[in-house]
Amino acid sequence: MERIREAIRANLAEIVSDESLIAGDGQKVVRLPIKALKEYRFRLDWQRQHRVGEGGDTAREGDPMGTGPGAGATGAGDGPPGEEVGEEWFETGFTVDDLDEILFADLALPHLEPKRQPDLTTESHEWRDVRPQGLQSNIDKKRTLMEAIKRNRLAGRPPLAGLSRSDLRFRTWDVARTPQASAVLIFMMDTSGSMGPGEKHVARSLCFWMVRFLRTRYENVRLHFVAHTTEAREVSEEAFFTKGEAGGTRCSSAYEYALQLIDRQYPPDLYNLYAFHFSDGDNLLSDNPRAAALMRQLLERCSLVGYGQIETQPQYLAMPYYQPNTLLTLFQQEIDHPRFVTAQIRDRAEVHAALRAFFDPKRREKGAG
Amino acid sequence: MAVVRRQPVGDRDLERLARAIEEIVGHARAMGLDFFEMRYEICPPDVLYTFGAYGMPTRFSHWSFGKAYHLLKSQADLGLARIYELVINSDPCHAFLLESNSLLENMLVAAHVLAHSDFFKNNWRFRQTNRQMIHAMSAFASRVRQYEQQVGRERVERFLDAGLAVAEQIDPFPSTRPDPRRDLPLFLLERAPGLDDWQRDILASLREEALYFRPQMETKILNEGWASLWHVRIMRQLDLTPAETLEFARVHAAVLAPHPFQLNPYRLGYHLLESIEAQHGRDALFEARSVETDLSLVRNHLTPELCEELGLYVYARQAGQWQVQSTGWEAVRDALARQLENCGLPYIYAEDDNYHRQGELYLRHGYDGVELDLTHLQHTLQHVHHIWGRPVHLETVRDGRPTCYTCNGDNVESRAL
Repeated sequence: MERIREAIRANLAEIVSDESLIAGDGQKVVRLPIKALKEYRFRLDWQRQHRVGEGGDTAREGDPMGTGPGAGATGAGDGPPGEEVGEEWFETGFTVDDLDEILFADLALPHLEPKRQPDLTTESHEWRDVRPQGLQSNIDKKRTLMEAIKRNRLAGRPPLAGLSRSDLRFRTWDVARTPQASAVLIFMMDTSGSMGPGEKHVARSLCFWMVRFLRTRYENVRLHFVAHTTEAREVSEEAFFTKGEAGGTRCSSAYEYALQLIDRQYPPDLYNLYAFHFSDGDNLLSDNPRAAALMRQLLERCSLVGYGQIETQPQYLAMPYYQPNTLLTLFQQEIDHPRFVTAQIRDRAEVHAALRAFFDPKRREKGAG
Repeated sequence: MAVVRRQPVGDRDLERLARAIEEIVGHARAMGLDFFEMRYEICPPDVLYTFGAYGMPTRFSHWSFGKAYHLLKSQADLGLARIYELVINSDPCHAFLLESNSLLENMLVAAHVLAHSDFFKNNWRFRQTNRQMIHAMSAFASRVRQYEQQVGRERVERFLDAGLAVAEQIDPFPSTRPDPRRDLPLFLLERAPGLDDWQRDILASLREEALYFRPQMETKILNEGWASLWHVRIMRQLDLTPAETLEFARVHAAVLAPHPFQLNPYRLGYHLLESIEAQHGRDALFEARSVETDLSLVRNHLTPELCEELGLYVYARQAGQWQVQSTGWEAVRDALARQLENCGLPYIYAEDDNYHRQGELYLRHGYDGVELDLTHLQHTLQHVHHIWGRPVHLETVRDGRPTCYTCNGDNVESRAL
């Protein structure tokens, strides 16, 4: 078990972007593709080899053999067939909940600022004890009468033959301190035409783990999903990750919406606010100054603002010298703030890296210092 | 001979099995098998899978064994494959039987492992193996634990990963025709700069383990064929009830069933050996057990008749599809020989330990028509780099062109030569 745990740790990047995990309810068992746990050796490319099969009593030259050996093959281990063809998975016995522990071990909440509320707990009074002494105003009539009846009957008298001082019962309270920490996450995403299913998948993986992570740190996590093209509106989680719209991109609209939402519902001194924006980097050039200005306002209110630029589109890879005016370059030039983090995600496997960039424990030290 | 249980098995069953084993041992001796003294143990499935995954009850811990364990277990849980036994090449010979086996299955397995024990004792490839390896491995395992405490688990595990990646690149005949270039772990051990003592110990021990396991890899078909042949003959001597006879026939047929894409070593070996005895007599059968390996067995004894009887054919990938290439017996024999050559591993030669005159390591793949798996290559070079500590180069052929792969640490670059 320990070994598998370590293997999971070593292959977090792959596992974290596994779509099938995200659909689950936390009880889903983590499956590892065999390749995620591969022991690397010098190996011949067996796909280029001629190999010998058996049991082909009627085999003739040129006979097709189906999609390939190893598809669903049972023999893993020594023989190469079955190792690479098809996706062989094995279930680790770890659930997504177990995975949290491994995944979040090296993440931290940066800028958890203690100044706002000296103590993130609230006191409440719970009436859950009854004692023979107490304040007159807290007398428990029912229990007092019960005591009287008991005493009188034991002495062979009618039940309500007068009260004695020893019958009196008082309710008393316990002070319960409950942590009252709420986090609000505002996810914003560019849903214009340029964000394809691949980008959305990346965003979804990232959001999924961020929400899980924050849930381990806060009692209540409230989610808001803001989709934007040139205008922003709040949508359901489902729509956020699946629906796309045509149109251009004006990301200031989303920031403005988020600011309004915060001002209306979530005073920053009561809530821990997190805002994350995902886009492919495109924005109307004329909108950039306004976007930067609003971003600064968001930073004043939020514990952390993250910007994830998802560039799985091949044009960025194909043209290394093409430096588009992306939002990332804008923010890197314009905004230098300890609570502002950016991440560039070019590939599914970088989801884990982005997660670590957003919740980097070292950043916290830097912020404190 | 002794029968020990690791887990409560019914007293009566154990007694019956012990009596049956005594009888089986008697028959095996009478038939001419010559085996080590036997130590049978009956274990619950988890224990047996663990031993099976580690290859030895006393081996050091590594995540890859945990992975192997899960594979074995999940296959067994799904009813896909099942291991019935584990037998150790040691003197006395340790054999582990599965507690959940039926009495008849365990009788069959007891007969089967007797023949394995005979094979370990008499096949020439096992002459040099350490019959006390079980103790050597146990001692190494405790040293690994010690190193974990001294330098930290992560460092030890990282080095074990790297060591395991190269350990199989041993020269299988270190004493008869020593060639330092042919033994990558030894080459690294002797020439890698700046290895700590614990690292040298790990590398040397992994090499010893690889040398110990190598003959078993080279004789899988022969050894399993030999054991299957004898379990049938011994079981036929026993006085079985009709129900047991039927069960035996069923289990035996399952053991020898063909696997469409992968050869079933039990089946091929069994038929090869039967055919040798039919053609050349009993002495030739025992001689084949002593002097052959899988490769030589196929080269020397695969006949056109056998090819046809077993339905052997050559297949390859053509235009994205797997196709039968040939059913001709010579094509089958040659393809099979190639597949078994060097246990199916590529030849990697350590050519130069001072390449560029900067202490860089230069490896060469002995290309013979089949290219290397690129993903494996890139990751394995990183493992070699971890041990060597300086740039590592590997010359091979890629898409028909000589190519050199260079690992400077994190990334691997390639250039055409």
